[in-house]
Amino acid sequence: MRFVEEYRDANRARALAEQIAALCEPGRQYKFMEVCGGHTHTIYKHGLLDHLPESVTLVHGPGCPVCVIPMGRVDDAIAIARQPDVIMTSFGDMMRVPGGSGSFLDAKAAGADIRMVYSPLDALKIARQNPDRRVVFMGIGFETTAPSTAMTVLRAAAEGVRNFSVFCNHVTILPAIKAILDSPDLRLDGFLGPGHVSTVIGCRPYGFIARDYHRPVVVSGFEPLDVLQSVHMLLTQLAQGRCEVENQYTRVVPWNGNPRALEAINRTMELRPYFEWRGLGFISHSALRLREEYAAFDAERIFQIPGVRVADPKACQCGEVLKGVLKPWECKVFGTACTPETPIGTCMVSSEGACAAYYNFGRFTRRRTEEVTRA
Amino acid sequence: MITEEQVLERIRRARERRPRLRDERITLAHGAGGKATQSLIESTFLEAFRNPALERLADGAVLEADEARLVLTTDGYVVSPLFFPGGDIGDLAVNGTVNDLAVMGARPLYLSAAFILEEGFPTDDLRRIVTSMAEAAAAAGVDIVTGDTKVVGRGKADGCYITTTGVGVVRHALSVDRVEPGDAVLVSGPIAEHGVTVMLARGELDIEADLTSDTAPLHDIVAALLEAVPQTRMLRDATRGGVATVLNEIAKASGTAVVVDESAVPVRPQVGGACELLGIDPLYVACEGRFLAVVPAECAEAALDVLRSHPLGAGAARIATVQDDPPGLVLGRTAFGGTRVIDTLVGDPLPRIC
Repeated sequence: MRFVEEYRDANRARALAEQIAALCEPGRQYKFMEVCGGHTHTIYKHGLLDHLPESVTLVHGPGCPVCVIPMGRVDDAIAIARQPDVIMTSFGDMMRVPGGSGSFLDAKAAGADIRMVYSPLDALKIARQNPDRRVVFMGIGFETTAPSTAMTVLRAAAEGVRNFSVFCNHVTILPAIKAILDSPDLRLDGFLGPGHVSTVIGCRPYGFIARDYHRPVVVSGFEPLDVLQSVHMLLTQLAQGRCEVENQYTRVVPWNGNPRALEAINRTMELRPYFEWRGLGFISHSALRLREEYAAFDAERIFQIPGVRVADPKACQCGEVLKGVLKPWECKVFGTACTPETPIGTCMVSSEGACAAYYNFGRFTRRRTEEVTRA
Repeated sequence: MITEEQVLERIRRARERRPRLRDERITLAHGAGGKATQSLIESTFLEAFRNPALERLADGAVLEADEARLVLTTDGYVVSPLFFPGGDIGDLAVNGTVNDLAVMGARPLYLSAAFILEEGFPTDDLRRIVTSMAEAAAAAGVDIVTGDTKVVGRGKADGCYITTTGVGVVRHALSVDRVEPGDAVLVSGPIAEHGVTVMLARGELDIEADLTSDTAPLHDIVAALLEAVPQTRMLRDATRGGVATVLNEIAKASGTAVVVDESAVPVRPQVGGACELLGIDPLYVACEGRFLAVVPAECAEAALDVLRSHPLGAGAARIATVQDDPPGLVLGRTAFGGTRVIDTLVGDPLPRIC
């Protein structure tokens, strides 16, 4: 497959791996956080860790949109879905995320009309096709998906589609990164910046990480060679004593982002004073809601929702995993009580979740890999 | 401080426990062919019906009757849409059951067909379906000898559901028990075509690609393989759950490891491209006219020659090797030069494809 296989070439990977090993100072440990769940997925799916020296550790960050949704919001969405005449629409990833009492998939089995869509525009189409039903789109994700929700709201308003609304759970990445940088129990040497978020917001907003926290940032693409090259760029900065924001993903990410997408978000949405993140708690100015002018499309204003905060299960250590304090396998319930079939925490649900990625693809130590492949 | 390897060992033991059905209701995941399906079958059906023939949980049951050894298999078809590029529910219902017999080493003989029709279903559509069933049966050399028809009220079914049952006579004793470390795993052609075709044919994704389902009767190519390479250990058609699910079944049932060379797995560019866009791994997508064969390593080349000389096997390839360590696990050597686990599918909310 052209334009994909080039970024998965084993020979280039080996060459880059040698350069990476050469850049590492003997005896020094390096810890980099890949902010985005898409990176986590790539790392495990392609077995990328086999190309990194033992002294480089990749810590999985909070950038999995499904993983940061608190249980109470899932319950709220299910309460909306259960109301008469409602069709709830959602990205497939959300379907298995457990709330306080079951997931979308459970609610669907119990009679709610919940449909999987690949785009909010598909939800709008369903609304046009079902004028006697109220169609709600479960808006989740960072700045990557927020523009498509915003554009859909604008289109619904322009076309006068009255039976369409959005249950807005969009979040913004910078406050989460800041929360992690401020958390006392974490030591990081640098960040692999989120590629797709950056197509929208650009690279400039990460400046504070380099300036105020003195950590290098490399905005990274999602193919395995992208990630490997980004690690190389971080190590180069450290070796040269630099601390900057760099863009590895230049083929997609413009330095200043996408002004039209930002404009769409800005027109339809505003920052909430605060929002709860699963495992990270309440973070101020970290999420988006629809503006007053678009109240007619705001499911939170149209429907009565319980809005009850549900505490994370006691055994669940998603917060520590999201902050990168614990590796997935270090969580008390990992792989025994919490599995992809019966997830307790959200990190085990989405294929971008650190726990699910590790469970599905990585359940094998480096030592065993060497043993087995030597055989 | 507990180590990663201890945690993995604990997980391995947890995974060996018999799956329990905890859900209060059936969800779509129970029909997706992954772990949820497995827990439903083992904790409900197997528990209630337990007997030696069923316990093998193979594609069909091998039955002894007087002098003859027969294979009996049954399958329900609920594909949506009913008509898709390369086929329809009719030929799918015949080919699927013929293939289940073929990969058990049996010559397919007779089929039954039961129809559940929804009130209001166009008779022209039914005629089209039945015609393609008749053609598929003729191509496979089987007769449809008995059947049943039920009609349910509008909205109680999705147009037309078909269940076919097949009987065949065993020609070759194939079994997963015969798989040994060192064996080679072959696939008869490019994978994932049926599943991707049907997903796109539903028209919900706004992706267009020049794709057709691979639905085809495998009895002939299987017979050719078994005649030329009687040492063949086992065969399995890679339907729901795809190639990855079959490889996991082989690894678990035979207590071996299967190591897949991911770059050797044949995937047509259109299929691979659609899978990339949808975020789906082709290894987990259903085929309806492809099978996996496990053969002794020294027979691999001969087996590939036979497969490739058949019209249905032109794209056959060796994709994996069986080894003894780590038992029960499928590992992928990625094209990127890394190693990963290839696990059984966890029920994904994917559309109905067969």
